[in-house]
Amino acid sequence: MSTVVLLTLTGLGLGALYFLVASGLSLIFGLMDVLNFAHGALMSIGAYATWWAASGHLPGAGSGGVGFALAVLFGTAVGTAAAVLLELAVIRPLYTRPREQILATVGVGLAVPALLSAIWGADARPFPGPEALSGTFGLLGAEVPLNRLVLIAAAAVVLTALHLFLGRTRHGLVVRAGVEDRAMVTALGIDVRKAFTLVFAIGGAAAALGGAIGGLYFGSVDPAQGTSLLIFAFVVVVMGGMGSLTGAALASVAVGLVQQFANYYTTAGLGDLAVVVLLAALLLVRPRGLTGRLA
Amino acid sequence: MTTATPPRDQPRTAYHPHAARAGQMRRAARWWPALLLVVLFIAPYSALPLPGLLDGPIGSPGNLQLLALCLVFGGLATGYDLLLGRTGLLSFGHALYFAAGTYVTNTVMLEAGLPFAASALLGLLCGVVLSALLGAVSLRVSGIGFSMVTLAFAQAGSILVQRDPGGLTGGEEGRAAPADKLPASLVGIEHTANLYWLALAYLVVVVCAVQWAVRSPTGRVWEGIKENERRVEVLGLRPYGFKLAAFVLAGGLAALGGIVYLLLTGGATPQTTTSDFTLSLLVMVVLGGSGTRWGPLLGGILYTWADHRLGDLADSGAVAGLPAVVRVPLSQPLFLLGALFVAVIYLLPGGVVRLPTRLRAARAARATRATTDHVVTDHVTTDHVVTDHKEVPRP
Amino acid sequence: MPAPLLTVRDLKVVIGGRHILHGVDLEVAASGTTALLGRNGAGKTTTVRGILGLVPRTGSVLLDGEETVRLATHALVRRGIGYAPEDRGVFAALTVAENLRLAERPGAREPAYDLVYELFPELRQRARQAAGTLSGGQQQMVAIARTLLNGNRLIIADEPTKGLAPKVVTEVAQVLERAAEAVTVLLVEQNLAVVRRLAQHCAVLADGRTAHRGPTAELLADADEARRLLGVGRAGHGGTVGTPARTGTPARTAAHPAAPTAEADV
Repeated sequence: MSTVVLLTLTGLGLGALYFLVASGLSLIFGLMDVLNFAHGALMSIGAYATWWAASGHLPGAGSGGVGFALAVLFGTAVGTAAAVLLELAVIRPLYTRPREQILATVGVGLAVPALLSAIWGADARPFPGPEALSGTFGLLGAEVPLNRLVLIAAAAVVLTALHLFLGRTRHGLVVRAGVEDRAMVTALGIDVRKAFTLVFAIGGAAAALGGAIGGLYFGSVDPAQGTSLLIFAFVVVVMGGMGSLTGAALASVAVGLVQQFANYYTTAGLGDLAVVVLLAALLLVRPRGLTGRLA
Repeated sequence: MTTATPPRDQPRTAYHPHAARAGQMRRAARWWPALLLVVLFIAPYSALPLPGLLDGPIGSPGNLQLLALCLVFGGLATGYDLLLGRTGLLSFGHALYFAAGTYVTNTVMLEAGLPFAASALLGLLCGVVLSALLGAVSLRVSGIGFSMVTLAFAQAGSILVQRDPGGLTGGEEGRAAPADKLPASLVGIEHTANLYWLALAYLVVVVCAVQWAVRSPTGRVWEGIKENERRVEVLGLRPYGFKLAAFVLAGGLAALGGIVYLLLTGGATPQTTTSDFTLSLLVMVVLGGSGTRWGPLLGGILYTWADHRLGDLADSGAVAGLPAVVRVPLSQPLFLLGALFVAVIYLLPGGVVRLPTRLRAARAARATRATTDHVVTDHVTTDHVVTDHKEVPRP
Repeated sequence: MPAPLLTVRDLKVVIGGRHILHGVDLEVAASGTTALLGRNGAGKTTTVRGILGLVPRTGSVLLDGEETVRLATHALVRRGIGYAPEDRGVFAALTVAENLRLAERPGAREPAYDLVYELFPELRQRARQAAGTLSGGQQQMVAIARTLLNGNRLIIADEPTKGLAPKVVTEVAQVLERAAEAVTVLLVEQNLAVVRRLAQHCAVLADGRTAHRGPTAELLADADEARRLLGVGRAGHGGTVGTPARTGTPARTAAHPAAPTAEADV
């Protein structure tokens, strides 16, 4: 029983991490048809910025309590800024060339981890975190690391915030409409490009937050972390339906749990395998139904 | 060799005022592939140094190894462009078929003890069958869905290889090829030239196969599919079969490349199974010029060379003396290549291979402007930013 | 006659290497309704989309004397254009109220919800319903309501009666007729009864070019010309088209909706 509890919470924690990356990916693809291969890089930027701040480089920030919260805030802000920069400098000039947009994000996705390892080395760096979050707590006989809860809480907060943003604000309304029909949004007199930058900022913020808190989960940061997570985030986005936030949330949970349980109860690695095979199968069975826009 | 066949269609050079000179150039241009092939063929005999480009004489084993790698990747990129540039299919799973060639050949030699030739044949066959099977499945979805399915399949393959089922693949370490099963003439540093020629032969095979395929009636259908798949359907053709043919041909050529790569590097490593490997092929193709005859080849050679030489550059004294802001990014070849890639997408749509044409066009435009600068044609570039690109024009 | 509100000159559209429009010339009179006619495939919808910049185009589009061909769509629309596209452009996953709210222009004048709900009381009742669950006629009402919300100078309606039940066609025509009292309308329409009733002026497209311009009544009175330009089989016979629709009651128009149309859709 304790194993099941531990696996469930770990799976949910992993799913939360996937959601933080996938929510932005999904919104960006839904609105702009851009499959952002640089999204893992945004996550890595967030992770490194947080690590940098928490290691004592940023005045006020540190590895404990308020200092760590400040470091996470800083990491998220840096990731957001990077995402906005990416949209304005790389994506925007290529609006009329959708395939090149994807290729350009591929280039950025290669360059950023390389730059990170050029500056801080290719090896994993231990990630500082507050004492309070490094412990475990007992639940139904299982000793569950606290950082799982932090991840789940962060994902829940982001999901709620995004729902409020999309449902209650005019900008959110524009994003939802743009996912359906961009051209019609402009034909109503709305500059949809502002929404593009906005979803990149939101997606970057969520991914960077994922990087910042993911550091707690993994206990370290390395340049390739974001990119290796990206493929599972893609799986989540496609399974959840491109542009659907609730879908991404459900798919994140499903993917995280399947991975954890399959990896534990069968051979290690089979869970990862199961997930990607599941993606292929789903796409083939319901290419349109899943996403509405894909095929 | 077919590389020597004169190109039937002329490069799309801009209008040239000096017709006579252009004619001469055209006649010369007709023979440059043959000339290049000869140069490449005799390269191992050359002790000529290429300062800056290579370390030491061309014919040194180290340089031949690098050149051979360049040629293999030139061939791989050319094969990959069969999908991207000729048929318009963006596959993120090409590494899988390459790795199938490498790993199956290697594993069969190691586990079944078959000689190299038989193992290589099995490896190639496996690559073809795998691409036929997975292609048949992946091509049921189109657009970005196809890209995702190919990515998923390749990722599954990559995970499988890295998990080392039954000790077959060697996991993260990979496995070295058994020297006793390989032909003696292809093993050892003194036989690097043979490996180089093998790589050259592979490149020639790929270029010929791609040229032949592209010029065949099937190739014309591919072109149609790339431009507008629906119009091909209207003509009563089923694009599916044609796309599958391209996928299998590309997959088979990749598997063949994997076998050559196995010989060249003396083993199978899991890095060749990753999505990064496919992405680097993508970078090569776009860098050189997708959909052109020589672009992907050029891109593959340039990328491979840069990837190796930039690493050396980073360790060299010249870079060490630079300030950290410049030195740190320069120490990472992947950063430079990624940045270069983005730059090419912006500044050189069509890749490096279009550079001369663009320069000529720019020069011609400047000349025209100088003579008739009062004629301003109103080419309105509309900012139809938000137009749905997938849309079919409506009457 | 006052200067036209919208003047289109030599509008060309090339999509995917195919020339869709070869040079369309068109004026939309300063007031009243101008109809854009033509057989299927003549380029009516592309013309409208070209005017709005929804497809890449060249040529000249003057709105009240201002050249707009270089403007992005949203900037042009904000100069006072309401657009109800052929497919209605209703956001299916959004509610009716949200669809309308999207058409609001913050910073501009107060949205005219009173007018909209007076014309379409149904929309008020269905404000919280997802627009995708509305009937075709109701969706068309949403589309037209969005154009009326902003005090636009010009409304462009692309086949607003297409695929609607006869009774709804009448309703839509009535609304447009009323709207045209205050706003200029460019109407793409296949239903000649509606055209006759609403449009004082018309332009006819054929093969991506302007083939005819003039008063609507004149064109429809000339049976041979109407048949040649519009492909109306029975244009001159029986008096269906010849019926002076302006004097005909809406009910009569609705009673024979199919007869007078040039609807060639299958």
